[in-house]
Amino acid sequence: MIDWLVDGLLVLALLVTALAVLWSRSLFRAVVVFIAFGLLMTLAWVRLQAPDIALAEAAIGSGLTGVLLLDAARHLRDSRPGRHQAGERRGGQSE
Amino acid sequence: MTPSLLYAFAGVLLCSLGLFGFIRLAHLLRKLLAFNLMGSGVFLVMVGLAQRDGEPDPVPQALVLTGIVVAIAATALAVVLIRRYYHLSGQATLAGPAATQHGTAKPVVRAEDRS
Amino acid sequence: MMRLLASALAIAVCLVFAGALAAAVWQIAGTPAPVSLPGLLADNLAASGVEHPVTAVLLNFRSYDTLLEIGVLVIAGIAGISMARTTSLEDPELRTSDSLLYALQRWFVPLMLVLAGYLLWAGSDRPGGAFQAGAVLAASGVMMRLGGIPMPFLRPGLLLRLGLALGFTVFLLVAVASAAGGEAFLAYPKAFTKPLILAIETVLTFSIAMVLLALFVSAPVNQALEPEEGDPG
Repeated sequence: MIDWLVDGLLVLALLVTALAVLWSRSLFRAVVVFIAFGLLMTLAWVRLQAPDIALAEAAIGSGLTGVLLLDAARHLRDSRPGRHQAGERRGGQSE
Repeated sequence: MTPSLLYAFAGVLLCSLGLFGFIRLAHLLRKLLAFNLMGSGVFLVMVGLAQRDGEPDPVPQALVLTGIVVAIAATALAVVLIRRYYHLSGQATLAGPAATQHGTAKPVVRAEDRS
Repeated sequence: MMRLLASALAIAVCLVFAGALAAAVWQIAGTPAPVSLPGLLADNLAASGVEHPVTAVLLNFRSYDTLLEIGVLVIAGIAGISMARTTSLEDPELRTSDSLLYALQRWFVPLMLVLAGYLLWAGSDRPGGAFQAGAVLAASGVMMRLGGIPMPFLRPGLLLRLGLALGFTVFLLVAVASAAGGEAFLAYPKAFTKPLILAIETVLTFSIAMVLLALFVSAPVNQALEPEEGDPG
């Protein structure tokens, strides 16, 4: 019973965090929530009895990917004078 | 229906969420984030489905480990490409007319085109 | 109107995809597995040379996958550094005067190096191994770069290329050597299995760390006009 509670809450947290990554208003916030998603995935791997994957997900999926994407998000939002802020647009384009 | 199978279904949902984001989001970095979500979903399906009886199975775990490392190499290469594209074209989405070069003094033909 | 239609279409596609995948997962979950892989592994673990099953799978039973994986990493690394605009592992723009980051580096980088070594060593009989160690090593390199520590001891051209090539080359040499010796491709000789696996894991760690660090370094595009690698200017 406790097993189901823990796993159910973790799955719910994973899905909510994934939604927040995709629907965040600012790019910076999306990347930060993605780092949190990586840490929640680490917990999921521990629950799935896969400690090797948990180690790798914590170091790679959360740490390295997070730094890389944070660096990119900062530079992709640096606007040169007169440039349209492409990072602030959400959703699709009307074509 | 064991807890591990619950993770497999969570992986299915993550994969389809990532697919939706990949199709609909315009900004290239957001597409990359959605793509990574799809990857995580696929890994959950692989391990959750194989371990549905609760017994840890090292073979899909090894494959997912390999997958995580390849995924971050692909993500890093994608970030390099996106940043170069942004630097050259001035925008971070694929559609629409190319923006005029603001503030760069370099010509569009790059130095590496010289052999 | 078009946007709404496009959104609806995308939602429909994703719902169909999710439904089909969930149905497939449910059906596979209903049928028992034809062969029990954990059982097979437990029987053959003693012959693999290491005690941890995941490491045995990665570096012995499915070593071909690992060989191809390090090959893919090398290709990605080559593609990344070919587009690099900064030629140095140390970026003068990043040199920081932030005392907190500086203090953090002084404490963390040696610890992370030791941790990487431990993870590599521990991979033989408990969770750990080359990939985790390589990731921690890459992270320590990223931390050094973010802090802008002057790194005159690293010659970026030689070290990066050496690191990129070393892992794949050694692994391929071992594979081809067993083929030349008359056994199957990638079959380790029975006497040296454990030292060979450890040697391969060490070069793999170094190579993975170098590839990830090279990809991280080649991401930023400097605004200043810098001579590209290979330019005589």
